[in-house]
Amino acid sequence: MLKVKNLHASVDDKEILKGVNLEVNAGEVHAIMGPNGSGKSTLAAIIAGKDTFEVTQGEITFNGEDISELDPEERAHKGIFLSFQYPVEIPGVSVTNFIKTAIKETRRANEEEDMPASEFLKLIKEKADLLAIDRKFLSRSLNEGFSGGEKKRNEIFQMAMMNPKLSIMDETDSGLDIDALKIVAKGVNKLKNKDNAILVITHYQRLLEHLVPDFVHILIDGIIVKTGTKELAYELEEKGYDWIKEEVKT
Amino acid sequence: MNLKDKLVSSFLAFDDYLEDSSPIHDIRNKAIKIFENKGFPTKKEEAWKYTSLNPIVNKDYSIFPKKESSIEFKDVKRFFLHDIDTYKIVFIDGIYSSYLSETIHDNMDICLLSAALKKPKYRAVIEVYYNKIAENDSLTSLNTAFAKEGAYIYIPKHKEVEKPIEIINFATGNEAALMMQPRNLIVVGENAHVQIIERHQSLSENAVFTNSVTEIFAEKRAYIDYYKIQNDASNASLIDNTYIKQEEESHCSVHTFSFGGNLTRNNLKFYQHGEHCDSTLKGITIIENKQHVDHSTLVRHIAPNCESHQDYKGLYADSSTGVFNGKIVVEKDAQKTNAFQQNNNILIDDKATINAKPQLEIFADDVKCSHGCTIGQFNEDALFYIRTRGIAKKEAQALLMYAFANTVLESVKIPELKVRINKLIAKKIGVSIGFNI
Repeated sequence: MLKVKNLHASVDDKEILKGVNLEVNAGEVHAIMGPNGSGKSTLAAIIAGKDTFEVTQGEITFNGEDISELDPEERAHKGIFLSFQYPVEIPGVSVTNFIKTAIKETRRANEEEDMPASEFLKLIKEKADLLAIDRKFLSRSLNEGFSGGEKKRNEIFQMAMMNPKLSIMDETDSGLDIDALKIVAKGVNKLKNKDNAILVITHYQRLLEHLVPDFVHILIDGIIVKTGTKELAYELEEKGYDWIKEEVKT
Repeated sequence: MNLKDKLVSSFLAFDDYLEDSSPIHDIRNKAIKIFENKGFPTKKEEAWKYTSLNPIVNKDYSIFPKKESSIEFKDVKRFFLHDIDTYKIVFIDGIYSSYLSETIHDNMDICLLSAALKKPKYRAVIEVYYNKIAENDSLTSLNTAFAKEGAYIYIPKHKEVEKPIEIINFATGNEAALMMQPRNLIVVGENAHVQIIERHQSLSENAVFTNSVTEIFAEKRAYIDYYKIQNDASNASLIDNTYIKQEEESHCSVHTFSFGGNLTRNNLKFYQHGEHCDSTLKGITIIENKQHVDHSTLVRHIAPNCESHQDYKGLYADSSTGVFNGKIVVEKDAQKTNAFQQNNNILIDDKATINAKPQLEIFADDVKCSHGCTIGQFNEDALFYIRTRGIAKKEAQALLMYAFANTVLESVKIPELKVRINKLIAKKIGVSIGFNI
């Protein structure tokens, strides 16, 4: 589904990604782990289409199509969703209206009919229940005055509503207490199927206990230095990143 | 003949035509002398540094329309808040239209200034209030000299006006260029409540120059919500001079929505004479092409324990220009004043300009005053966030513009008006997406 080949990217002439290779197939859950400043969030943002980073080399294809020149909205229309580490506050626009607009615009771009209001309402109810979101929450201004945990849960709610092919979850676990983390993980597990894929970006393995990855990649200083299975995440939790850095050196 | 000379020479004929017994005869004569002496303001004056009237005053305006014009309601319905019942005071080319209006004289007066100036029963009110807070700068004086028509609203104490009042000035375009000088007098008695919507609307592309003066008196515990909708045709210019005097515990808010017109200057001045007053001045400006909107506000805190809140948002596209000149004066007796001023601007295009100048003059020592002013572009992170949800750049910008303006919109107390303004904003920023609120 997603193929990242030899991706180099920089900002203000500082190289952040130095040749990332990654392949994510339908039905898989991948985790990218790494210390602060290793380039994890940059990778997520570039896949979603952020143009403040300059891609200097390499390519990104999605279902066989080169997407490196596409706008963020065009990537969204193709089914790429980014759950933000720091979601943006939009006063005066309710959660419901925002998501309604997002779905409407995406369907329009894909030349699909508008979602009937009744279907939309049903979907809202279903996904809000899935993530234990209070209905009152949905009429509040998007992210305005939300706690860190509410913002993250709202991101996953949007993800559930958009039903993307590839979900990129950037540090979704930060700011979530353990109960909220379990709810979010349970929700994401429900959304998972053989046709979609999930890319989890995280510091810690605690989310991965509940959202079990098929592959774990370690990103250090702009390069994926090691790929393994979920056991790698446990090993990291126990031993930290230094041993990998050492291993890479030798 | 230039416009100033034309006005001064027309005054003699105008004054002759009015009855001599008019109580404001002397006021008029003094006012024309002030205007004759000062002339139109120029950019040399500090208060007009960023707004030039030259392109406007160099036109040959008709000062008095030659004939009465009529308009069919169906043709102008869209300019009214037609989905709810309202009182209406409507003028066409400066002349009262009884056909389009809905006035009342039952236990309150929502009617015409011309009648109030003529009829003896109004004389007491005119003597106490008329031209008492209007200043004697040249444009206000010009209006005072020629004022004969406008809205006259007198709400006696404890009266809650049950529906909003609309004051609409239409210009038909029957004159190649028309100058109008409406004059409104609004007196809201103790503990009385009123909501007023004011609009100037040209129905053609012919030049219109409106120099309007409104005096508003809020007696003890009066509540006044005033909304100005400035969405005029592209060749219509407006100088709006609004003066508000507040007594104890009164609450006054003025929201100004500036979306249209050629040149718009809002001189909005609040005087807080009683303790525990609250004044709100808010505005949203969204302009494009070569439009120009100037907000010059003054809040004069005279009595202690009062508050004022100013929140002006501006979005400037193309080579439009904006001015925000916000002055807060706290006089020495006005202890415990809380005065806030916020002015945020977004320049959508490189050629757009905003001149922002907050001014604070504080002569009391126990006060809270704050002002904040920002000029920026769109927040790129916010744009990216919205676009990752499949919303295209233009719509994402619109959503951000809407969010940006929202702090002003949320305090609009008439729901139907809020919906209207929302639609105007959506139209103005060129999107049709359904971010209904």
